[in-house]
Amino acid sequence: MKQLKFIIPLALFVVLVGFLMVGLNLNPREVPSPLIGKPAPAFSLPRLDDPAQQIGKRDLLGQVWILNVWASWCVACREEHPLLVEFSRRKVVPIYGLNYKDGRAEAQRWLANFGNPYTASISDTQGKVGIDFGVYGVPETFVVDKRGTIRFKQIGPVTEAVLKDKIEPLLKQLQAENGTPNPA
Amino acid sequence: MARPTLHKLLIAALLAAAVLGVPAKEATPVAEDPALEARMQAIAVELRCLVCQNQTIADSNADLAVDLRNQVKQMLREGKSQREIIDYMTARYGDFVLYRPPVKGTTMLLWFGPVLAMLVGLAALVLVLRRRSQRAPEDFDPDEPELPAADAPTPPTTAR
Repeated sequence: MKQLKFIIPLALFVVLVGFLMVGLNLNPREVPSPLIGKPAPAFSLPRLDDPAQQIGKRDLLGQVWILNVWASWCVACREEHPLLVEFSRRKVVPIYGLNYKDGRAEAQRWLANFGNPYTASISDTQGKVGIDFGVYGVPETFVVDKRGTIRFKQIGPVTEAVLKDKIEPLLKQLQAENGTPNPA
Repeated sequence: MARPTLHKLLIAALLAAAVLGVPAKEATPVAEDPALEARMQAIAVELRCLVCQNQTIADSNADLAVDLRNQVKQMLREGKSQREIIDYMTARYGDFVLYRPPVKGTTMLLWFGPVLAMLVGLAALVLVLRRRSQRAPEDFDPDEPELPAADAPTPPTTAR
C-alpha cells in the first residue's frame, strides 16, 4: 500500500506526458471540415481566362473532380504546384482552380510562369465562394464526387504522400461509384 | 537661465506631440453606422479567426477576419439574427470557429474536467485530513534521526 502511493504521482505524470505527446503531434492548423460528406456549396464564377463565361457547380456534376484553391500571392501554392502540374498530365480527373482573392493579370502571369494544371480556373476575387467552402488557408484542395458531394479536403499544400496515399485511392473509388447527379 | 527653460519647453512639447500622435494612428476608422458596427462587434468576438487561431475575428486584422467581419455586417443588414449568422459560420468552418466551444458530448471533458479535477483534489484532501485527525499526537513527532551510514561523511559541527 505504501509503495502504491508513490506510484500514483508517477502514473499521473505518465498520463500527462502521454496527452502532451499526442497533442504535440497534432497540427492545430488542420481543422476538421464540417463540409466533408456534404454537398459542395453552389457557385457560379467567371472563368479566369474568359470572364464572359461562367462555370457553376451544375456544370461539373456527374464527374469526379478536384477543386484546388490557389492564388498568385500564395507562397505555399508554389510548393505544391509542380505536383499538380505533373498530376494533371496523367489526366485522371479534371482539376478546377479557384483563384482566391487575386488579380486576373497576376494570376494569369503566375500560370504562365509555373504551368497550368487546371482544366479551368474561376475567379473568386471577393473570396465569397472561398467562405462558402470554408477556406481559411490557401492552398486548399477538395475532392468532389459525381453527385457533387465533398469527400476530401486537404488544408495546405498537397504533398506527394497525400496524393499517392489518400487522393489517388479515393479518386479510384469515387470513379467506380455509380453517381446519379443529385443537384442540391 | 532662459535657454534651458526654452529647451525644456521644446522637449516637453515634442513629447506631448509624440504621445498625442500615437492614439491617432491606432484609432479605428469611424463607422458609417455605429449601431450596426456594435452588433457586428458583438458577434465577431464570438468567432475565432482561423488564420490566427488564438484571436477572435474582432481582434484580428488578417484578411480572412476582415472578410468575415464584412460578411457578418452584410448578413446583419439583410436582417439575419445572431443565431443565423453563427450557424452560417459553423456550417462552413465547424465548431472550431466558435470562440466558446458548445457544450456537447465531445466537449464534456473540456467543460467539466476542471471542476472534476477540483472535486477529486478536494476529496483527496478531506480524506488525508480525516485520516490524520484520527492519529495519535505522537505520530506527528519529528522522526528519530537515522544512524549515519558508515561511509557517510560526518555532519559538520555547528558551533555558533
